Amino acid sequence: MRNRKRTGWHRVFNGVNIATFFVVLFIGLPLYWLIASSFKTAANIGVDPPQYFPNPLSVANYKSAFVQYDFGIYFRNSLIVTLISTALVLGLGTLAGYALGRLPMRGKFTLLVAFLMISVFPEIALIAPLYLLLHHLGWLNSYQALIVPYTAFNLPFAIWILRNYMLGIPREMEETGRIDGASPLRTVWSIILPQALPGIFTAGIFCFTACWTEFLMALTFNISNNFRTIPVGVSQFGTIDVTPYATIFAASVVATVPIGILVFIFRKFVISGLTSGAVKG
Amino acid sequence: MATVSMDQVNKVYPNGFHAVHDLSLEVGDGEFMVLVGPSGCGKTTALRMVAGLEDISSGIMRIGGREVNDLSPKERDIAMVFQNYALYPHMTVAENIGFALKLRKLPKDKLDAKVKETAEILGLTEWLDRKPGQLSGGQRQRVAMGRAIVREPSVFLMDEPLSNLDAKLRVQMRAEVSRIQRRIGVATIYVTHDQIEAMTMGDRVAVMRAGILQQCDNPQVLYDRPDNIFVAAFIGSPAMNLYEATVGDGGRSVKLGSQHVDLPDAVTIRHSGLTSYAGRTVVIGLRPEHLPAAHAGFAGPVLAGDVDLVEALGSELVVHFTIDAKRVVAEGAHAPDAEAATISGEGVARVDPRTPAKAGERLNFAIDTDGIQFFDQDSGAAIWT
Repeated sequence: MRNRKRTGWHRVFNGVNIATFFVVLFIGLPLYWLIASSFKTAANIGVDPPQYFPNPLSVANYKSAFVQYDFGIYFRNSLIVTLISTALVLGLGTLAGYALGRLPMRGKFTLLVAFLMISVFPEIALIAPLYLLLHHLGWLNSYQALIVPYTAFNLPFAIWILRNYMLGIPREMEETGRIDGASPLRTVWSIILPQALPGIFTAGIFCFTACWTEFLMALTFNISNNFRTIPVGVSQFGTIDVTPYATIFAASVVATVPIGILVFIFRKFVISGLTSGAVKG
Repeated sequence: MATVSMDQVNKVYPNGFHAVHDLSLEVGDGEFMVLVGPSGCGKTTALRMVAGLEDISSGIMRIGGREVNDLSPKERDIAMVFQNYALYPHMTVAENIGFALKLRKLPKDKLDAKVKETAEILGLTEWLDRKPGQLSGGQRQRVAMGRAIVREPSVFLMDEPLSNLDAKLRVQMRAEVSRIQRRIGVATIYVTHDQIEAMTMGDRVAVMRAGILQQCDNPQVLYDRPDNIFVAAFIGSPAMNLYEATVGDGGRSVKLGSQHVDLPDAVTIRHSGLTSYAGRTVVIGLRPEHLPAAHAGFAGPVLAGDVDLVEALGSELVVHFTIDAKRVVAEGAHAPDAEAATISGEGVARVDPRTPAKAGERLNFAIDTDGIQFFDQDSGAAIWT
């Protein structure tokens, strides 16, 4: 084969780089538009020709989201619901993933298939029965109205990720632990969990994002303004006559920040978590 | 310090597979015992039963005279080195070595001192703060050893600890493991499929096949007086040449293919059992070094072979030859590809480097009758008196 030396423009304009450029453009441009628009004045939002850079630069939209609308409450609600759900999913999912991945158990395969089926079950089909159930429990307009279903819906997928990750940890780890004199719980805590961290972070970020952006259940179960989460709250901004796009943009930017921070902190773990299960498991 | 004793130990898996049959073995205090055999022979299962990682189906296992059948690994006071080392990847070398002591709630200063002392024995002092992922294969191997010896166990168990290393490092670590074992003087059971490791490291070597102990003795005895064809073929490299031969003259000669070999009196006395095989077929075993080239005028028994290949090693020539006798293959004793290559009448001889051996020519080998072995064709058992 001819050994072409990659110099000059070949090195810059090769296939991979060009593809990457378009992907970044595809994802990055709307994100830029969102951020840029959130700093524009309301009048400048829909002008023609479009304003590529906000001028004048204004933070009024951010102020209006928090002051004029109750974005602070929605943010708090989202945080409470999402964090508790994610914690529950990770706590239960890690133990279940460990059991399904590493302990001798009857009916393991059936359980896993059942989990997979649950995790692809359409949410909308369960909305009505869930509403009735929550109504009877007196849980409508409460945090648990979202926390419990979120945990239930996200758990199966988390168990799958964690189980696959646990499978990749060599069996000798537990055996060494036993010989070293560690109790089963200590073995899980000190030996298995630290090695499963990438899997736990991956499952955690998936779950966090799913809960953070969930709309349908949040809209249906919590009508009271005090229990609205961000997606529902922001959708209710404005009146019948006015849609305050600039304020919605500003709220959306703030809503994106936690996920951005999470991914940024754990990006190394997430990448290895996404691939390791596939290769080793 | 303790001994390990296995008395009629069996392992039958729930699916009916009988992995270890009536294994009885004593490992003395401070002794280095090697369990060797082809893969699937039950050696690792036996080791795991000593460790307590595998239940014992029947029989009695004792460590230091105490029955341990129902004791957990922790209560058996053993340490084990695994084939893949099983180091904790999220802990530093020091934490790996000290983990068992930490679980025993040893005070921090004592723990640090012990870890340091162990690291010095193994030459790991400068790597104590590294994580296993930053170490080479040999260093990881030493950390695994360190983790085992720091606890001062009464028994040391090793499951193919060198098989993940490259050939050169393996030879080096072989010597090092032996040295450390002698230094700490703890009864050790070492599992390997490599007969060279077994021969060079073991005080005694137990050869296993299909879950059954074939022979357990010191390496030289295994080499010189194998109890059966399997041990004869498994121990030694290049392997022993095994041919079918017909016993003639009431046990005073054998016929190998078309060649007639007279046996000297010393051989017939040593193998007096041969007389009862007169007229029958036995298996004759000749190690490669017992087939030197016959010089002109040599009066003893000779074997003529057609030379196929000559490998010059400097100190000797390894001559591959063919005779018209039927080669015998001990099932499972060789690697599968080696078995295929030895189906014909091929043999191997180690001769003096100045021998004028050439491929395609015929060469006379002088049979060193002191090293000649005979085996029953059906049972595979060695024939002596």
